[in-house]
Amino acid sequence: MSFITYLVQGVSLGSVYAIIALGYTMVYGIAKMLNFAHGDVIMVGGFTCFTLSSSMGLPPIVGVLVSIVFCTILGVVIERVAYRPLREAASPLAVLITAIGVSYLLQNVALLIFGSNPKSFTSVVTIPAIKLFEGQVTISGEAIVTLICCVVIMIGLTLFINKTKGGQAMLAVSEDKGAAQLMGINVNGTIALTFAIGSGLAAIAGVLLCSTYPSLTPYTGSMPGIKAFVAAVFGGIGSIPGAMIGGILLGVIEIFGKAYISSQMADAIVFSVLIIVLLVKPTGIFGKKIQEKV
Amino acid sequence: MALLDVQNLGISFGGLRAVDGFNLSIEKGQLYGLIGPNGAGKTTIFNLLTGVYKPNEGIIKLDGTDITGQRTIDINKSGVARTFQNIRLFKDLSVLDNVKVGLHNNHHYNTFEGLFRLPKYFKIEKEMNEKAMELLKVFDLDKEADYLASNLPYGKQRKLEIARALATDPKLLLLDEPAAGMNPNETKELMDTIRFVRDNFEMTILLIEHDMKLVSGICEKLTVLNFGKVLCQGDTTTVLNDPEVIKAYLGE
Amino acid sequence: MKAKMKCNKSTLSSMITIGMVVAAYVIIEILMKAGLVSSMLKGLLVPVCVYVLLAVSLNLTVGILGELSLGHAGFMCVGAFTSAFATKCLAEVIPSKGLCFFIAIVIGAAFAALFGFLIGIPVLRLNGDYLAIVTLAFGEIIKNLMNVIYLGKDSTGFHLSFKDSMSLGMGVDGVMLINGPQGISGTPNVSNFTIAFILIVLSLLIILNLIHSRDGRAIMAIRDNRIAAESVGINITKYKLMAFTISAAIAGVAGVLYSHNLAILQAKDFNYNMSILVLVFVVLGGIGNMRGSIVAAVILTLLPELLRGLSSYRMLIYAIVLIVIMLFNWAPKAIEFRKKHSLKNMLPKKASVKEEQ
Repeated sequence: MSFITYLVQGVSLGSVYAIIALGYTMVYGIAKMLNFAHGDVIMVGGFTCFTLSSSMGLPPIVGVLVSIVFCTILGVVIERVAYRPLREAASPLAVLITAIGVSYLLQNVALLIFGSNPKSFTSVVTIPAIKLFEGQVTISGEAIVTLICCVVIMIGLTLFINKTKGGQAMLAVSEDKGAAQLMGINVNGTIALTFAIGSGLAAIAGVLLCSTYPSLTPYTGSMPGIKAFVAAVFGGIGSIPGAMIGGILLGVIEIFGKAYISSQMADAIVFSVLIIVLLVKPTGIFGKKIQEKV
Repeated sequence: MALLDVQNLGISFGGLRAVDGFNLSIEKGQLYGLIGPNGAGKTTIFNLLTGVYKPNEGIIKLDGTDITGQRTIDINKSGVARTFQNIRLFKDLSVLDNVKVGLHNNHHYNTFEGLFRLPKYFKIEKEMNEKAMELLKVFDLDKEADYLASNLPYGKQRKLEIARALATDPKLLLLDEPAAGMNPNETKELMDTIRFVRDNFEMTILLIEHDMKLVSGICEKLTVLNFGKVLCQGDTTTVLNDPEVIKAYLGE
Repeated sequence: MKAKMKCNKSTLSSMITIGMVVAAYVIIEILMKAGLVSSMLKGLLVPVCVYVLLAVSLNLTVGILGELSLGHAGFMCVGAFTSAFATKCLAEVIPSKGLCFFIAIVIGAAFAALFGFLIGIPVLRLNGDYLAIVTLAFGEIIKNLMNVIYLGKDSTGFHLSFKDSMSLGMGVDGVMLINGPQGISGTPNVSNFTIAFILIVLSLLIILNLIHSRDGRAIMAIRDNRIAAESVGINITKYKLMAFTISAAIAGVAGVLYSHNLAILQAKDFNYNMSILVLVFVVLGGIGNMRGSIVAAVILTLLPELLRGLSSYRMLIYAIVLIVIMLFNWAPKAIEFRKKHSLKNMLPKKASVKEEQ
């Protein structure tokens, strides 16, 4: 029975990774950059919700909504101020380092406001846990909500990309910025929209993550951020189903690794699986193979 | 015996038959042209000859040795060098260093001698510098030796690519559209250079070209490729007057 | 005579770089003798050298080989742990501290090189960002593994466990050498500024000589155009591995210095943030520019310390400075702006006047 408990835990954690990875993969697909600050946007989402719900005592739903709005705006501002000026820079490393700078900035602003002591986050989920098999397996409310959120977001995003003008514009820009511009697509607007969606998703992920693991510090976002990036690469970066599957697989592997192999080596196991997958399939599970034309 | 002997070469990409039943025989010292409409499979043949692609069937023999399916670097060491349709220089290296990279295989000192600058390092480097300058002079690039390759004008970049290929001391030189993007004057100059290379280096040259003036001006023999198959093969004048060839180029 | 001048041209730039390091060393030594260096700054000398070594070695991978590595701290970690372990084991056998440290440096460099080689084989098959994430993964794996090693020694020999110190089952005379997350403690403090300086000069010589040799040219040719490099007979795998291994070995040496400058060595210090920090030095100093890497590593290591007076704001300022410098240095618009308003244009120079006519 413990197997099922672990599986549920894994899928739930994996769903959080998947939501973060969706943001990562969209931003990478369109801006071709590793947004190292993405993980810290998760942390900002967590703190915004914490301030409103846990400290000020507003209803959780207000906290969640405000944190989504706040992170969305934050994402757009970061893109406008720090990334857009470097989009045509001579080296792709320039924007990567700037993203690292933004990551430090967000962490240190949070550190100044909230300090380094972990804050105890009050879960925003009020659904009671479900007990199965005469109480042998408990599925927490957080796990259920996380899973539902993940599925809804995945379906929503797929529909958005395939059925709306904005989504089609995203596809076009990610294929070829120059050509998209010539076809009259607002490239800057589209990239800003991508960052907005990615950051909004990060806020949701932050709230869900903190609801399940209620200790919040300025560094909360960085490891899940990296893992989500691993998940995105795992599934084939740029691919939405890839991010989803990659995230969930990663969560399951991590929890199983912790439970059955060694709790201290869970991260090593996760990263080893990534390496093996990439060596077998160098562009991830759903990644497109690109060969240079001679 | 022919220097290059290709028999029944073929390759498919998925369902597409890119090259089919391709035969070619080039004598030592010949200037040979490979022509055909866009998409006929000319560059694919270069890629097969240099090991970028492995053929599905067929045999490639260089100077009697079978080189079919070998790695690119081994084929180069056996004596095949090439240039590229879309110029591929080492753009952040100097013009001189581009040629010195080409000299890499025939001028040795080991890593240790390089890291600690033992006498052999200075001796071989001096040799390489002299040899490279010599080659650059042939292509009138010696004054730009210290420039970054990417700062050269287009025509000179094409020449530098040929110089780099020659630096590897090949038996067979493959030129992929050497005159592309050149004006008539530059093309004429290039024709002289190619002839010079053939005569002075005793080189065998196979080239792909769309510029008919260049092709008819310097090539002794031609192969015309259409849809991956040989349409016509023979002396330049004969081939260019062949009705099939004219049809392939101009339509009916 | 003329040929010799030409040959020296490439070495001139190398000599300036090394001269700069020597000059810095001499000046600091004089200042120290004169008692003008604060104890805080003295304590920073070895760490600064560690970061300089890391920056130049990573620049070899990023700037010369042209591959983005985010796992450099992993090689440093290997060098630090193997050398600290060697020092602890050798302390009883070899009385001379100097010889002991020398052996430790060799061991640290050799193991880091070995790891670089073994990791390089699979990693260098990948491209671009995939390579970056896999190096990051390897770095984290190394850190994680070091974190769970428990190694002790008693009269019966060595005992190894990956669980905890209890499961070693050592006798009463047992000594813990590597204690999981607590790492290695009590390594003698033998790193000093002079040794660090010598190691920097040696590493620089190796890297700069490599760049200006046959092998270095092959490595840069691969960076600039892999397919063309192959077409002139250059063995891609061999040269990629060579650059990656040398880079790892020097990072290992940095690790040796680091571990012999600390009372307690813990694996958690070698996380990806360390790798990223070093990457920041490399990019800010100029990709492929060794001199820039050195300057950037020195300034950016000292900056947070010099800002210590600002206490909690210092890292915030650091972050903002980083972003602003990046925008100023790399944004096409900023570059254009700088060209327009540069000091050169304000001075009435002949060249600029000519241009305006």
